Amino acid sequence: MICVQEEITLDVLPLGKSAKVVNIDCNSNLINRIYDLGITQNSLIKAAFKSPFGDPIAYLVKDTLIALRKKDCKSIIVDPI
Amino acid sequence: MFSRDNFVCSKKSCKSDYNIALAGNPNVGKSTIFNALTGLKQHTGNWTGKTVECSSGKTKIKGKYFEITDLPGTYSMVSFSEEENVARNFLAENKIDCTVIVIDSNVIERNLSFALQVLSLQKNAILCLNLCDEAEKNGISIDTDELSLNLGIPVVCTCATKKRGLDELKNKIFEICIGNIKCFRVERNFENIDVLNINDYKAASHKFASLSKRICNQCVYKGSKEKLSKLDKILTSKSTGIPIMLLLFAILFWITAIGANYPSQWLSYLFEILKEQLTKLFDFLSITPFVTGILIDGVYTTLAWVVSVMLPPMAIFFPLFSLIEDSGYLPRIAFNLDKFFSKCGAHGKQSLTMAMGLGCNACGVTGCRIIESPQERKIAILTNNFMPCNGRFPTLIALIMMFFAGSSFGLISSIEVAGILLLIIVVCVLLTLVISKFLSRTFAKGEPSGFALELPPYRKPQIIKTLVRSFIDRTLFVLARAVAVAAPAGAIIWLTANIYIGDVSILQYCTEFLDPFGKFIGLDGVILMAFILGFPANETVIPIIIMSYMANGTLVDFSSYKELLELFSANGWTFVTAICMMIMCVLHYPCSTTCLTIKKETGSLKTTLLSMIIPTVIGIFLCMLVANTARIL
Repeated sequence: MICVQEEITLDVLPLGKSAKVVNIDCNSNLINRIYDLGITQNSLIKAAFKSPFGDPIAYLVKDTLIALRKKDCKSIIVDPI
Repeated sequence: MFSRDNFVCSKKSCKSDYNIALAGNPNVGKSTIFNALTGLKQHTGNWTGKTVECSSGKTKIKGKYFEITDLPGTYSMVSFSEEENVARNFLAENKIDCTVIVIDSNVIERNLSFALQVLSLQKNAILCLNLCDEAEKNGISIDTDELSLNLGIPVVCTCATKKRGLDELKNKIFEICIGNIKCFRVERNFENIDVLNINDYKAASHKFASLSKRICNQCVYKGSKEKLSKLDKILTSKSTGIPIMLLLFAILFWITAIGANYPSQWLSYLFEILKEQLTKLFDFLSITPFVTGILIDGVYTTLAWVVSVMLPPMAIFFPLFSLIEDSGYLPRIAFNLDKFFSKCGAHGKQSLTMAMGLGCNACGVTGCRIIESPQERKIAILTNNFMPCNGRFPTLIALIMMFFAGSSFGLISSIEVAGILLLIIVVCVLLTLVISKFLSRTFAKGEPSGFALELPPYRKPQIIKTLVRSFIDRTLFVLARAVAVAAPAGAIIWLTANIYIGDVSILQYCTEFLDPFGKFIGLDGVILMAFILGFPANETVIPIIIMSYMANGTLVDFSSYKELLELFSANGWTFVTAICMMIMCVLHYPCSTTCLTIKKETGSLKTTLLSMIIPTVIGIFLCMLVANTARIL
């Protein structure tokens, strides 16, 4: 069975799923910070858990938990594994 | 959290043989290493942005003096926020003999990117793998020799809280400084990278990320342990996250209220006895009434109040709060509440600066450096004053105890006090949000920057050590404030109350002038005067009120809340006065120190004035509303 995965934006990555970062296009205020936190092209990212009101969401990146807002996640394109 | 010195990092011109800098990502234990190396007591906490300023200390190794500077934690060498600016400039502009790059062994791959950035600026460095016992527990093993070869610098494993590896670290620092160990530059690590060129940051960070990944593949062996904590399932879940947060604060307030009552009573009793003896002594020495008045009724009374009423709640609340800080829960609060801040055009990290504001607004304002975008930072600075600080918090507790807790202080009333306090804090937070929204539409317009916050792993705090440390620090802080501000304030107030022009004292002139307006907003002239004179320190507001009332002829000695209540009631205080007083207490201009800090941090007089006007106007308006509604009813 062949399963073709489509590239999606990070905000719709289901909890518990991992993905590979394809492209990051956040606003200039945030983008460098996102690189620093270990979210770079080809790095792995896993949706860990949501905050009580659903936004932001915590992601597991390089053994750390990083909280990101949904709005910013819309500009991060990932390839689910 | 509460140190206000060292705003700017500058190399002090004192005699030290070598300069050492501690650099690293936020929350990797730099301050703990710093404390262990220098024997100083820098505050530490388990969250990003705990240290936003440099601090420096000295240590002696084998007869040589080393000046050690603890830089604020940074994620990169290109500065995107104020505290990173501080760190970067320090590394770029000062002559440093050895940089200790402190990294968290648990998240070595990301930390290595940073280490490589530092190495592109500094050749002589040591890689300090901190928290290595935790990493061992997590099944991570690191080949330090291989790592050292890859980076060209010595690598040391440490566990600063248990003082492991520190001697080796000291040795390596020494050897590098005297030139016994040579660091070498691994050129392939830096080919074609100019890390300070902000326009090319994407390429640089990408390069460093893949480099550190490659190095990690060679030197780090990881067990396959799931790193998610079960605690997060409870503390950040939809159903339990917020209730637990409220409950936690309620318990904190409850312990504070119930625990502070008794020491408060003992202390005021003690001060009362001492006062009698002092009066006798002054009589015996036939000291003039003027001197007796200024020293005993002025200085001593104010001091006694500040110490007996302000000290116990603070010495209980803050040690407990620092346990929460150490555990790593604070960033979760920011995480839980970010949606509201996001809706109000503010930054989620503002909850962190608000938590700091509970301790001291001036520190909270300085802490706002962790917020990257200028307008969101401005919002956080302008609204920090809405959190009742150290100097106002006990005033609230005292008022609640007097007017809401009833005469006997038991279990039920202590729960009431905690409940009311929690309510006040929740209202403060809501107000902060509303004003933030207003500001984001008016004075601090701009594109919101987005939010990326690291949630550190939960760590078990060193309970006894933290409690004792924080208790001593807090006690010293309050006592120092009492001596430095409350005592002189006491003298000045006594003078204004006892220097007469005609038949009326200066204080009376002022209070009578303010009285009509004061009455209109549910207070009186004395209270308004107290807030005005309390500008240098909010702690002195209640003692000023007491002294004014006593000077006006009502000779009541106060040694308990009950007697204080009698004094206040005799001067026309009601339930409504107490409510208005609490509103004014939270909502008036920040104290002088905070104002100066705001000016320093924003560099704008307009912002400083705004920070004074906004809360005052809201406070007066609310008081007016309450007082006049009460009048109609």
